[in-house]
Amino acid sequence: MIEYNSLINKKLSGIKPSGIRRFFDIANEMDHVISLSIGEPDFTTPWHVRQEGIESLRRGHTWYSPNSGFAELRGQISNYYARRFNVEYDPGHEILVTVGGSEAIDLCIRALVNEGDEVLIPQPAFVCYDPMTVMAGGTPVIIETKAENGFRLTAKELEEKITPKTKLLILPFPNNPTGAVMRREHLEEIAKVIEKHNILVLSDEIYGELTYGKERHVSFADIKGMKERTIVVSGFSKAYAMTGWRLGYALGPAPVISAMTKLHQYAIMSAPTTAQYAAIEALKHGDSDIEHMREEYDIRRRLIVDEFCRMGLTCFEPEGAFYVFPSIKISGMDSETFCEKLIYSQKVAIVPGTAFGDCGEGFARVSYSYSLKHIQEALVRIEKFLNENGK
Amino acid sequence: MNRLLDILSRNADFTTAQLAAMLGESEDAVKKQIEDYKEKGIIKGSNTLINWDKVEDSGVTAIIELKVTPKPETGFDDTAKIVMSYDNVESVYLAASSRYDLIATVKGRTIQEIAEFVSKRLSTLDNVIGTATSFILTQYKGGGVCFVDSEEQEEQRSMIL
Repeated sequence: MIEYNSLINKKLSGIKPSGIRRFFDIANEMDHVISLSIGEPDFTTPWHVRQEGIESLRRGHTWYSPNSGFAELRGQISNYYARRFNVEYDPGHEILVTVGGSEAIDLCIRALVNEGDEVLIPQPAFVCYDPMTVMAGGTPVIIETKAENGFRLTAKELEEKITPKTKLLILPFPNNPTGAVMRREHLEEIAKVIEKHNILVLSDEIYGELTYGKERHVSFADIKGMKERTIVVSGFSKAYAMTGWRLGYALGPAPVISAMTKLHQYAIMSAPTTAQYAAIEALKHGDSDIEHMREEYDIRRRLIVDEFCRMGLTCFEPEGAFYVFPSIKISGMDSETFCEKLIYSQKVAIVPGTAFGDCGEGFARVSYSYSLKHIQEALVRIEKFLNENGK
Repeated sequence: MNRLLDILSRNADFTTAQLAAMLGESEDAVKKQIEDYKEKGIIKGSNTLINWDKVEDSGVTAIIELKVTPKPETGFDDTAKIVMSYDNVESVYLAASSRYDLIATVKGRTIQEIAEFVSKRLSTLDNVIGTATSFILTQYKGGGVCFVDSEEQEEQRSMIL
């Protein structure tokens, strides 16, 4: 008998499975579950974008692309970031096309972090930063953001956690799961601390196109002096409803992008070719698709926030992504119990806040990446649950 | 406020409070706007979408195309008004087509009943010079809703992270 468990890499063995998984497993076993738990757009990729992917296949373009992605795509990404977020990148040396934003995050952390380096991770946040840091030999240092600050990272919270070993700050805004965004004035406060302590920033801007209200997303690289310290990670999944195509990118200083490209070259070789052809079309002619989807998300967001507040599930108004993060404290239950009871009694699946960090206790993530009809039905069931559980 | 019409055209079940929240308007403003749309005849009512194919003995529906000689003053309107006055006629359209001018959808208990209606009531109208009848076998989509169980309606997204 081979003791496989003892053979698995020790760092990896020590990493807990994602807390989101457990609820997905419960939901998958039950019939007629109404889920508000999925973290990807419910839209399908716009047809003209799909068509370009199909057309590339028809023409027989089935080979690898260059390691860093097709030059035309990098050119379009450069135009796009300048057009929409006001930051210019050289397509020749400052852009790398990756397999989703996730690969870019992994590459960036592995390219920068040495054994013992500390990586600052604001939480609640998407679940990947901590394990990627551990696998790279770094030490994750969690910064707990607070509901009373709209789950924004403050300069004070940041500075308290900085040590001589701090290498990198992860800046995950617009935020999954809270929907928090950092406005220009907030980013400027963070920038002062970054400058003072000479650290780098991985700005995960995958939800950058999904902000609501008059002010658009501000890239951290657009803050004075920060472009040279920032690696921006983004992709096509959320902006263009292209999750399954697995395409993202990293933008940053040439030496960092070059190091990341070296890793990418050995581990991945190149991002999917078909997806790259489709992505070129998305960047060229997809601005109105983004607008259409954004407006639809906004209608759902307003409905769900209003209804939750009416039911007593208070939530601060999320201004980005497609999640609300209501407080479930009114129920007197902890997050796990609340979500578990909700799924067993009303067959509504949402994710406990604790899946996104210990400080998510008392909250739950609710995705509104679903049709209005679906959301309406889920809201009716959630209200019923609250009434039955002594609201 | 065209977004209000857009939402209502997809789903008439929302309360005015929900509509107000979705649009970022006050509930009073939404109520007033709906009244206004009704007064102007923009909102004409709301029906329940029924998939008649699933109802037993629900009868048949046909699309009737009518070739009509227009009148000097009133064009096609007079004929259209006569056609729409029948209760079994569900909708009437004026079409820009080289073949036909008016299109009507007609409901009946049997194919024979509709055939009789067309030959006795429509073909005989003064200005109608030709008709073509198509019987509907299956309705795939109506009012923006898919009636046939398609793969698209099921949740295909995987729960991954």
